[in-house]
Amino acid sequence: MRMQRMPRIAALIIAGAVMVLPMALFAAGGAEQGSFPTRAINYVIPFDAGGQSDITAQYQREGLERELGVDVVIRHQAGAGGALAWSALARGRADGYTIAGNNIPHIVIQPLVRDNAGYRTEDLRPVYLFQTTPIGLAVAANSPFNTLAELIDHARANPGRVTVSGSGTHSGHHLAILQLQYLSGTEFTYVPASGAAPSVTNFLGGHTQAILANSDDLVQHRESMKILAIGTEARFHALPEVPTFMEQGYDFTAGIDRGVTVPANTPEDIVRRLERAFDAVTRDPAFVSQMEVMGFEMQYLGADAFAEYIARKQREISTVLRELGEL
Amino acid sequence: MPAVVLALLQVIHPINLFLVTLGVGAGIVVGALPGLTATMAIALLVPFTFGMNVVHALVLLGGMYCGAIYGGSYSAILINTPGTPAAIATTFDGFTLAKKGHAYRAIVVATIASVVGGLIGVFFLLFLSPPLARASLRFGPPEFFWLTVFGLTIIATISPKSTVKGLIGGAVGLLIGTIGIAPIEGTIRFSFGTLALQNGISLIPALIGLFCLPEILDMIASRNEEHSAIPYRSQRHMLRRVWRLMRRKPWLLIRSGLIGTGIGIIPGAGANIAGMVSYNEAVRVSSEPEKFGKGNLDGITASEASNNAGVAGSLVPLLTLGIPGAPPAAVLLGALLLKGFRPGAELFTVHATVTYTFMFSLIVANLVLLPLGLMLGKGASKVVAGLPVSLLAPLVFFLSVIGAFAIQNNIADVYVMFALGLVGYAGRKLGFQPGPIVLGLILGVMCEQGLVQSILIGRAAGMPVAIFFTRPISLVLIGLTLFSAGWPMISRMRRRAAAPSHDSDSTISSGGSHA
Repeated sequence: MRMQRMPRIAALIIAGAVMVLPMALFAAGGAEQGSFPTRAINYVIPFDAGGQSDITAQYQREGLERELGVDVVIRHQAGAGGALAWSALARGRADGYTIAGNNIPHIVIQPLVRDNAGYRTEDLRPVYLFQTTPIGLAVAANSPFNTLAELIDHARANPGRVTVSGSGTHSGHHLAILQLQYLSGTEFTYVPASGAAPSVTNFLGGHTQAILANSDDLVQHRESMKILAIGTEARFHALPEVPTFMEQGYDFTAGIDRGVTVPANTPEDIVRRLERAFDAVTRDPAFVSQMEVMGFEMQYLGADAFAEYIARKQREISTVLRELGEL
Repeated sequence: MPAVVLALLQVIHPINLFLVTLGVGAGIVVGALPGLTATMAIALLVPFTFGMNVVHALVLLGGMYCGAIYGGSYSAILINTPGTPAAIATTFDGFTLAKKGHAYRAIVVATIASVVGGLIGVFFLLFLSPPLARASLRFGPPEFFWLTVFGLTIIATISPKSTVKGLIGGAVGLLIGTIGIAPIEGTIRFSFGTLALQNGISLIPALIGLFCLPEILDMIASRNEEHSAIPYRSQRHMLRRVWRLMRRKPWLLIRSGLIGTGIGIIPGAGANIAGMVSYNEAVRVSSEPEKFGKGNLDGITASEASNNAGVAGSLVPLLTLGIPGAPPAAVLLGALLLKGFRPGAELFTVHATVTYTFMFSLIVANLVLLPLGLMLGKGASKVVAGLPVSLLAPLVFFLSVIGAFAIQNNIADVYVMFALGLVGYAGRKLGFQPGPIVLGLILGVMCEQGLVQSILIGRAAGMPVAIFFTRPISLVLIGLTLFSAGWPMISRMRRRAAAPSHDSDSTISSGGSHA
């Protein structure tokens, strides 16, 4: 059974190294009306291979091919924190044959804080939101702090002395630390890294005292840390012993949401077709259990609910950034 | 049965042997194509391993990783363009040899060095992973900063003709690295309002532009379309001859392997830097440093033993801590997670059989590299030497465009490649080498991150300056930097001190024939 795949692999890699890439480019031409889809769909991941968006897409691919009846080709276009892919998508053909991962808060914050992000949040039509990694705050396993209250008290008494590792500036992690500082009246030193992996490395090496990390990283490294709070509304299924920020008196949630998007002027029926396919794939029990084990929280937001969610986030985030003087 | 025995039985299973060989072979092909990196090779393969069981998938991907890093040496030697960034230092001596007709000899050296270096790396992965991974975490932002400063001293080594031009090149590289979104604070710099520059200048288009395009232009400018770009001389018993030479310098191989493993283990450093650091040390230790860059086999040995050792090195923190040591390892992490495996202690207890099979398969991969590499390498050097310039130049040009585009599916990268190609060509005519520019570009981004993070952490601890000078590993790196930067002066003094006796020695041996 497995052997059947071998010729395909050999053929693709040896010839494909040269051939497939330009073909994937040309495949974007010549849209047809009528029964969508009739040919391969490019699923663009705006981040590097091996990350959360990529892993999710790899899991979805077979299900999507089954639902849509055509090949789904995963491509990576990492750069500018995702903006490279989103600006290309916004300017590309609105025919549904190129879809891209859609991350909140990225697509909301980037157009707010950058003079020219290359796209506006409104240029992207949300199709489906399938998972979230809540952001949690943790300290090292041997840290003297055992609760969020203890850490906050210490930070309040020593402004700027507590270092918190996180991924990126104007990112979900950055937003979370800004909100925590604002609501608790404290000052931390946020130490941004260029991605989740280097941020975790800085923290595990003891170079920072605390970390803001995505739930899948918290689950992965839970033995070497004490998780003090998590950014969900109710307790998080994978870490039920961890209290939420809200429970502890800080009224905010934090997380990275991942979904899929198409250009804004994509025909309605194509958006609905993709929405149906993603809904079916996301509700597949095998997919759900795989994702939950890794520390993802499932979401099932269709195009309309997703659009409303983004609009709400836009209002929330611009208010927070304005109040904190980041805009 | 203990897991290790089960793993040994698994790894010699025909299917696994077949998959390793397939992975290595395919990896070599992808790695040899300029612009198609090991990271991309593995990322392209992951979807196809989806239906496989975890052992088969890992064995195939691991073989691919080894093959791709090794394959980068082919284009480095044959067309003066590193096939992957890990092979930059291989170009320094490799292409000179190819121009003299010794392409295959250079490839044989690269192959043997890769095999030995790779095996050294796997040895540490197998036996010392947990303590090494813990040690790697001690490498924080200040250490990173000093590592990159140390790395910049390599410029002096790789620009023997003119240190000033090397330093100018390095500075240009550092400046190019500042274009785009700042790695830490997210501000957009030097984009001049254009979207194309917002993402910065990526390494791969820069590599192809600076190394490959000037080479193509030179090929065309030489005006002998009917001739091939490089001659090809075949020699019998090449493997035995080369091995006899390399056997005389076991320390070169071992040291390069150790450097590669060590740098591979440090998360975020990786094979790109390993090859160059190792090259630098080889030049410094050598009694004939002036021979490097002119077709010295030791230069190829240092670079290739080191970058292949970095493969297993980068897996040390991945398997034990779940932290990838290099970008290709990050894709492997994704593949592991896709299979439902969580890196860490569980891999060595619950899933020990799988983990050890994977590690053993890397030994097999490195062994398979020898016959497969020699075969493919001979073929590749014959093909390149056999093609007239009128065919080779357009072919390489075509591959360059594809390579630059493919890394991010971004047409702007192709324009960047063209622009830097012209810069590289003009620079070459003025005596500037691409090596220092690329080194500056690679190290600049890392250096800035280390610097800014260190200052943030240091300021929080009330020691914004002291943090750079009070940590033990940092002090070692500062010492290495001073030593490396001062080395040209030290060696000059030593040579001057040794000059009289040295002269009389050579007078005797050469019968006074030197004027």
